[in-house]
Amino acid sequence: MADFDVVVIGSGPGGYVAAIRASQLGMKTAIVERELLGGICLNWGCIPTKALLKSGETYEKLGHLKDYGLSADNRAFDFDGVVQRSRGVSKQLNQGVAFLMKKHKVEVIEGAARLEKGSPAPKVVVALNKGGERAVQAKHVILATGARARTLPQIGMEPDGERVWTYREALVPKSAPKSLVVIGSGAIGIEFASFFRALGSEVTVIEALDRILPAEDEEVSIAARKAFEKRGLKFRIGAKVNKLSKSGQGVTLDVESGGKSEQLKADVCIVAIGIVANTDGIGLEALGVKVERGNVVTGAHNETNVPGLYAIGDCAGAPWLAHKASHEGIHCIEHIAGQPGMGGLKAPIPGCTYSQPQIASVGLTEAQAKTAGHELKVGRFPFRVNGKAIASGETEGFVKTIFDAKTGALLGAHMIGAEVTEMIQGFALAITLEATEAELMATVFPHPTMSEAMHEASLDAYGRVLHI
Amino acid sequence: MTDILMPALSPTMEEGTLAKWLVKEGDTISAGQVIAEIETDKATMEVEAVDEGVVEAILVQAGSEGVKVNAPIARLKGEGGGASPAPPTSTAAKRPQGEHETGSATITDQGVQPPPPGNAVAPSPAAPSQQAGETGATTQAPRPQTGNGASRVFASPLAKRLAQAAGIDLGSVKGSGPHGRILKADIESARGGAPAQQTKVPGAPQPAAPAPALVQAPAQHKTLEQMGVQPGSYELVPLDNIMKVSARRLTEAFRDIPHFPLTIDLEIDKLLEARKRLNAAQSVKISVNDIIIKAVAMALQKVPEANAAFTPEGIARFKHADIAIAVAIPGGLITPIIRKAEQKGLAQIATEAKDLAARARDKKLKPDEFMGGTFTVSNLGMFGIKSFASIINEPGACIMSVGAGEQRPVVKNGALAIANVMTVTVTCDHRAVDGATGARFLQAFRPMIEDPIAMLA
Repeated sequence: MADFDVVVIGSGPGGYVAAIRASQLGMKTAIVERELLGGICLNWGCIPTKALLKSGETYEKLGHLKDYGLSADNRAFDFDGVVQRSRGVSKQLNQGVAFLMKKHKVEVIEGAARLEKGSPAPKVVVALNKGGERAVQAKHVILATGARARTLPQIGMEPDGERVWTYREALVPKSAPKSLVVIGSGAIGIEFASFFRALGSEVTVIEALDRILPAEDEEVSIAARKAFEKRGLKFRIGAKVNKLSKSGQGVTLDVESGGKSEQLKADVCIVAIGIVANTDGIGLEALGVKVERGNVVTGAHNETNVPGLYAIGDCAGAPWLAHKASHEGIHCIEHIAGQPGMGGLKAPIPGCTYSQPQIASVGLTEAQAKTAGHELKVGRFPFRVNGKAIASGETEGFVKTIFDAKTGALLGAHMIGAEVTEMIQGFALAITLEATEAELMATVFPHPTMSEAMHEASLDAYGRVLHI
Repeated sequence: MTDILMPALSPTMEEGTLAKWLVKEGDTISAGQVIAEIETDKATMEVEAVDEGVVEAILVQAGSEGVKVNAPIARLKGEGGGASPAPPTSTAAKRPQGEHETGSATITDQGVQPPPPGNAVAPSPAAPSQQAGETGATTQAPRPQTGNGASRVFASPLAKRLAQAAGIDLGSVKGSGPHGRILKADIESARGGAPAQQTKVPGAPQPAAPAPALVQAPAQHKTLEQMGVQPGSYELVPLDNIMKVSARRLTEAFRDIPHFPLTIDLEIDKLLEARKRLNAAQSVKISVNDIIIKAVAMALQKVPEANAAFTPEGIARFKHADIAIAVAIPGGLITPIIRKAEQKGLAQIATEAKDLAARARDKKLKPDEFMGGTFTVSNLGMFGIKSFASIINEPGACIMSVGAGEQRPVVKNGALAIANVMTVTVTCDHRAVDGATGARFLQAFRPMIEDPIAMLA
């Protein structure tokens, strides 16, 4: 006899959303969490970083008040205050998740879960935080254990909490380092680099590939690098860190790029070289769960090879994004409930980087679209000729659209500029609804908004741009 | 990489037999090269390559029957070679993009031959049932129907566009999206890709064959047993492609075209005399039917309004008399065409008619030899049929049914006399040719038959 219909392991944005959806569909649901409800996302990831970045952005803006005909004396920041605000934001949302679990009658089991053989799904044995053990049998078990920062201890790339940080230590520093090296120019690395640079740190970003933000469209990477360099960020591209050594004074990195070696010294180093799924120590091997390169292998409905066991979010592989985890969680639960779920929709997953300027994209990059064999129509529109952007004094960046020349399908959209992370969902919606250039052109975009650049970029792809 | 698709070699072709491959995997082929032989509903045809490249894989083996039009039959490695480039899994995994549109590249690259030259009235292969597709002078795919307005069909903008490009009736596609919305993937599978989402609506046409097929509507069709026939009291002759296509097209033509017959009796003593003298004077044997063909063509020049076709966009008036002649072949009927008959002499018409009829019986006609006649002549005189009214053979708006020439009593100058008389009936599509127009055509036709010397005028 099963204790629950669904037990979710991990309460991040994949797990807790899956639990709510399960409860909505009338399933008796429990969720296991070993640390804080809300997982990395709202305790140690997406949310607290956004809080820090808002402080950094506001501080940076204060430095440009004169551009707006304003002035204020004694621009300053209280670093501890910045960090405490960020922690407060996390706490608020953490309590919000606790409220949601209660509201939806999801039982929260605090402790670390491991799986044992069971029927019809694996049995979940929880080492309770308060002591003791509790075994629960569910009809369906959903792994939503998330991921953690990738480290390379063999060359010293291991956090010590003092000189070498991962995102976790970087969120609660005692002070802003005078000098900082960030290893990795993905979204996480770039966001911390952006934040600390805004507060005055000397920041160097090391990227192993040939451009920063390598997942983004190449034009965006190039524009981003220029914008960041304008703000004083330094980059080492195509560079490899051979060794990271710590001393009382700081860190020293042996960096090799283009056949040349150099030593970089800094007070602090942030390791942002990717993440690793949390799939060890929970009994997956004994159950014979298929795991590849650390990620649980799943099918179209997030089912694993073990009956009754599913995996969603980071532990099931890239892209490592909260909204991907939530989407999978809902789809998985609806599948379990025998509902069509997302139907035939295969929604593309947008990606956002909250640097200054912001970067957002959805769908294929131009290079990916070409590789996939599409003939393309590509449109671009710069914010420097957008009325709202000019009025706001935020004219950096552009919008780029990529259409299939044969069908008019929107294949991808890429943006860099102020608040573009708030606009990308327009293009995400267009792709999900299978819009063509005709619908994008026929849609009325309000004036004056930055979003008009989305319209213009769509028009530009077909040679119909108006304001250039 | 390009898929070579099963071509529609005739307007009515829905599926065919891939008779023979003339190339093998690894062969380099050039555009225009004959790569395979396909048996269609009416003929054996050669398939020419549209693109050049290396044959990477043959997907449908020689001898396969029932290969749906637009189904991939072979894969071509494009020029420049190399395996088809797939995005690196790492980047693909980082940003899943729905599916990669490998299918879309084939919309215009499909191995379908362009319509035969000169065949301006070829109906679109995808929608033989639609008069809209038979307007002539256009190769544009017809607009996808949306279930005859019975209920709104929900489809994504991209799906609508893809369906239009592929000539797929959205009403025949089952949507896999929310609330049954038709998505890109549904159109791609309907085009003969992955069958996963293929429609399974009973009685609805198969996606690869958008035209509704009579034989696929069992809902209204009772079995003989249900109609009281004793089981075992008959033998069932299976329907072949010709029978199926004929059944459907005839049903559509008879049901959908507002038609009416016009009948006249013609004295043909002078015609028979003229024929006798012609055949004595030269070696090509000219039949009464050949003379009728010529006379029809000449009469159509005098009354061009009868050389017409109805289309929703307008009445097509044909510039030449392309006379289709009904030829009985085993298991069906085919109508090969004497093109520009008004410009041809009787000997040439006789020679061509004989050749076309012979090749029709051998199923060796090319599509442009039997597609797109502007006026049809059907003759059952040799069977002693006095008169009959044929079903209109689209696209032409008129079909002439020729009865037997026989001695009949006639009244001449108030007295009974004997004459050779032949009854001729023209069935007209009233939307294009009304009663007065049809009558004027017969008025022009009569003297050419009753005194063939009028054809010289």
